[in-house]
Amino acid sequence: MPRIIKNGAVVEDDWQLLAADVALADLPDGKIIVPLALWLAEHGAQQSRAEATGIWLDGEEEPAPLADHVSSLPLIAINFPEFKDGRGYSLARILRDRMGFTGELRAIGDVLQDQLFYLKRCGFDSFCIRADRDPEQALESLSDFRETYQAATDNPVPLFRRRAG
Amino acid sequence: MYRYDQYDHAMLEDRVAQFRRQTDRYLAGELREDEFLPLRLQNGLYIQRHAPMLRVAVPYGLLSSAQLRMLAHIARRYDKGYAHFSTRQNVQFNWPELERVPDILADLASVEMHAIQTSGNCIRNITSDQFAGVAADEEVDPRPYCELLRQWSTFHPEFAYLPRKFKIAVNGARADRAAVQVHDIGIYLKPGKNGEPRASVLVGGGLGRTPAIGVCIREDLPVADLLTYLDAILRVYNRYGDRKNKYKARIKILVRALGAEKFAAMVEDEWQYMKGNQATLTNEEIDRVRGFFHDPEYASLPATCTALEQRISSDKTFAAWYQRNTHPHKQDGYRSVTLSLKETGEAPGDCTDRQMDAIADLADAFSFGEARVSHEQNMILADVRLDALEALYEQALAQRFVTPNIGLLTNIICCPGGDFCSLSNAKSIPVAESIQRRFEDLDYLFDIGELDLNISGCMNACGHHHVGHIGVLGVDKRGEEWYQLKLGGHSGLDASLGDILGPSFSREEVTDVIERIVQLYLEQRQDPSERFLDTYRRIGMEPFKERVYAKNH
Repeated sequence: MPRIIKNGAVVEDDWQLLAADVALADLPDGKIIVPLALWLAEHGAQQSRAEATGIWLDGEEEPAPLADHVSSLPLIAINFPEFKDGRGYSLARILRDRMGFTGELRAIGDVLQDQLFYLKRCGFDSFCIRADRDPEQALESLSDFRETYQAATDNPVPLFRRRAG
Repeated sequence: MYRYDQYDHAMLEDRVAQFRRQTDRYLAGELREDEFLPLRLQNGLYIQRHAPMLRVAVPYGLLSSAQLRMLAHIARRYDKGYAHFSTRQNVQFNWPELERVPDILADLASVEMHAIQTSGNCIRNITSDQFAGVAADEEVDPRPYCELLRQWSTFHPEFAYLPRKFKIAVNGARADRAAVQVHDIGIYLKPGKNGEPRASVLVGGGLGRTPAIGVCIREDLPVADLLTYLDAILRVYNRYGDRKNKYKARIKILVRALGAEKFAAMVEDEWQYMKGNQATLTNEEIDRVRGFFHDPEYASLPATCTALEQRISSDKTFAAWYQRNTHPHKQDGYRSVTLSLKETGEAPGDCTDRQMDAIADLADAFSFGEARVSHEQNMILADVRLDALEALYEQALAQRFVTPNIGLLTNIICCPGGDFCSLSNAKSIPVAESIQRRFEDLDYLFDIGELDLNISGCMNACGHHHVGHIGVLGVDKRGEEWYQLKLGGHSGLDASLGDILGPSFSREEVTDVIERIVQLYLEQRQDPSERFLDTYRRIGMEPFKERVYAKNH
């Protein structure tokens, strides 16, 4: 079982991430993360396993079709094709701040230690560190900074309001 | 100026420690080159032609004398005894060793300085008017808003991996001295009702390969909404900016592709979800930050100084300096002084460790311990008493800071070019020097009058050639260095992009060609008050083209 960072600790993970071209007929048993397009097309037929079905999407995908479903989704994963592609940060904040998603928000793909702090600030609470890197070592970067200036998903109160308090 | 509290210090210490760990991991082979690259860039560290180059942030151009002395110390201890002040009001060291950069950052942190976000695809140093807070024509002091934007943009978690770099400029005077219209976001501050300033927000300006003048997408924005509105702009850009082609990745391309109206509507839509949230500035916070920029304790002085006026009328050299290198102050009895870093023979913007120490001493003696960097790559002492100008002049003369050329042709904006920069196509510093030598005669220089001449060694346009009244661009032609000329650019309120003169020239030809251009202007101007730019706008390109490319010249 792969190990991921979740809620600030390295844990065993039992979600299966399915590739972009997976077919409905090939869905395995257990907890699965399916691509957005498949989910949008087929989620009506999958009601019975809704609690075991998460979605993953790429940075350029529009989250709007999920608006009516975020309250029932257990997990949304955002894929980083490369760590320098920052679209996922905005997508995460839209899902959290605007659409009110409260389930597990997972960073997948080219996810590395040095981006963890910012990812956490944008609302991610689980991180599937790239397979060739050690999640235990990556963990330390979740606390790279003691303080932050601006409002973000993890703390919508900017420093200037805390300074005043 | 702004002073750090425990929060600012804690973040900066954490940053220094973070970069030290990252550098160690890189040197130990635990971080790949391409993984370390954006991390070092976001700490200002480039790998350049000869060595790494470290770019240190000077937030909106303000420096204390203690900070200047630290820059001098770094130049001495870690570099070759000089630094370069850039067109983004920052300072660059050309010869640091990678292994010692964490130590340099620790030294900088001791004086509240850093290299955070001075490079990379993130929000860069906020730039502004070098006479902010003191200019006679100022309507709103932009410094508190620059500082608020600095804090908002520093380690902004959502916008650290944008499609491309992102530059913001703020101006609050009647004249635009911050080149606001050629920034990714440009902000004009204007007085509003009840004393609360309002912002006009421009997007999509920029230089580089595809120069563009920014378009105003929001007028009359209450300053309290500045941060949330900018969050909305950045979010739209972060999501939809081109990530496949770095030459199409700046926000100007997105704004052009969508059309400014559509872009503005998308921002407005995004903003509806943010407007009024807790990132909205409070009056208490605006007042708190304004408190750092209160006037120093000016003396009550008469508006004129008899001794100074006598010197001006009796000493032509001093008068020339006074006319060009001092600027009207809002406070009676004071002027702002520009120390020219454009002496002929010196690379524009370069400053030795001794000169930096000397500027610190001058700042302490004459200007409340503060200095500024201008985007024209000079240093400014903002608050000098009229009755101290003569004494300052003598001391500045000894340090070779008194070349009376501010606003004139030899105050050349010039990038480091092919002598240092690995992006460059051609050298720029020797071109600047050759032009300065040709126009060294002060009577000639003053007769020509106001003329901005800007030189970039490549398309990236760090030398702002698109907005020079005369712009020079280094180009590569089959491995040889050539220079293309542009005329009619301008970076003020009536900003314009220069037009290409025609086929490019060899380095040997450039200075002659510029002299021909200037000669034609002198012949064509209606009277000496018609500036080069005015004449160009009146008569257009053709006469210049004919003169330059005519046979038998």
